[in-house]
Amino acid sequence: MGITPALAAAFITVASTTSTEQSGLFKHLLPLFEKHSGISVRVVALGTGQALDMGKRGDADVVFVHAKPLEEKFVAEGYGVQRFEVMYNDFVLVGPKADPAKVSGTKDIVAALLKIKAAAVPFASRGDNSGTHFAEVSVWKAAGVDIAKDQQSWYRETGAGMGPTLNTASAMNAYALTDRGTWLSFRNRGELTIVVEGDKRLFNQYGVMLVNPSRHAHVKQEAGRRFIDWLVSQEGQMAISSFKINGQQAFFANAR
Amino acid sequence: MQEFPGLIWDPRLWQIVGLSLQVSLAAVAIASLIGLPLGAAIAVGRFPGRRSLTVILNALMGLPPVVVGLLVYLLLSRAGPLGSLGLLFTPRAMVVAQTLLILPIIAALSRQAVEDAWREYEEQLRSLGAHGLGAALTILWDIRFSLLTVVLAGLGRAAAEVGAVMIVGGNIDGVTRVMTTAIALETSKGDLPLALGLGVVLIAIVLALNAGAFLVKEAAQRRSG
Repeated sequence: MGITPALAAAFITVASTTSTEQSGLFKHLLPLFEKHSGISVRVVALGTGQALDMGKRGDADVVFVHAKPLEEKFVAEGYGVQRFEVMYNDFVLVGPKADPAKVSGTKDIVAALLKIKAAAVPFASRGDNSGTHFAEVSVWKAAGVDIAKDQQSWYRETGAGMGPTLNTASAMNAYALTDRGTWLSFRNRGELTIVVEGDKRLFNQYGVMLVNPSRHAHVKQEAGRRFIDWLVSQEGQMAISSFKINGQQAFFANAR
Repeated sequence: MQEFPGLIWDPRLWQIVGLSLQVSLAAVAIASLIGLPLGAAIAVGRFPGRRSLTVILNALMGLPPVVVGLLVYLLLSRAGPLGSLGLLFTPRAMVVAQTLLILPIIAALSRQAVEDAWREYEEQLRSLGAHGLGAALTILWDIRFSLLTVVLAGLGRAAAEVGAVMIVGGNIDGVTRVMTTAIALETSKGDLPLALGLGVVLIAIVLALNAGAFLVKEAAQRRSG
């Protein structure tokens, strides 16, 4: 390694999200794919918004993210070739064990958010156009709250990744919406625990797309296609489902 | 990575340390090759706009790394003017960003050092018939031991910087992950003990580099009397 890139080593660049990278999923999957194909995969982990932007600019061969409406727009506008669903997990609402807004005991995420708003207790938001931020804003919308306009001092946008946002939430005993994968592998929990989970609206689907080679001729389409094919193949799907964090399954394969 | 302090036996840690050193040392070498003569030329030269240039150079010492990172990203991105080089997310892109970041530091500090020396030796050098570039190079050589501190200031900034290398390198495991981006990543994961452990390793390496440079300087000074 080092200043000179390895000669003739086949690799692709994948723009993905912090949730897949930081949970350790790629550390589990990539060696298996490399063994299968001889192609190494370089992952740049960003928020979904930024990862899609990287694909638009042609700085990635494959985009692997979690915000279905944004992904469909990406493909519809011709930046991506075709979207494949790969796996899902869910978002969970975490908050201090003392639960000052009294939200635990319900599965209803909308009711929980309204209670937090009524109690005006600290809530840490990503505020960074990531998939998780997108999901959070959607749930606020389902609660009839336009959170972008209706921001008060209890609602704090960190403008940072999931990990830093959880660090912030942990330090100020705030509530926060997080994907389960990041939560399972997050170690600085402090007083935080899961307070709401299991609502259908907290479903978190991951999709993968090849960046359109007709827009960016340098895109390594063959290697990129092989990676996508492998992810949705039986072998790839089994590899995803067998990934565990502290004994718990983190992602559920659901390619069609 | 494993827990600290067991991780100091982890070969992946040393691969990250090695890349950090390669990138930062390469940036310092390039920035010194350009910055030292540039600083000396501004100190010795007499040309219009010299004072404005000095002010600008001094101000650029405070360039935010994240801004440099963003500029280099836009430059090297496939959609940018130098996109076809395919340098984005490689160690070379990180060298480019760090060079831009520390070039003003090395140029501004060496300008000051050379100007001070020039004030002291100007008449002497002129009587020897040295002027312009020749005089500047003579002074650079003469104050080379003081310039070591200038170069070390640049190295310190490069090795400690995270904003620029994160953006243009992408913190790719095994390819562009360096000490500072690894620390940022472990902090994101909430693994604060490991992040702190890596921080201790980084500080120890920078300290060792500075101690080494100090010893070399002392030995060389003694030899040259």
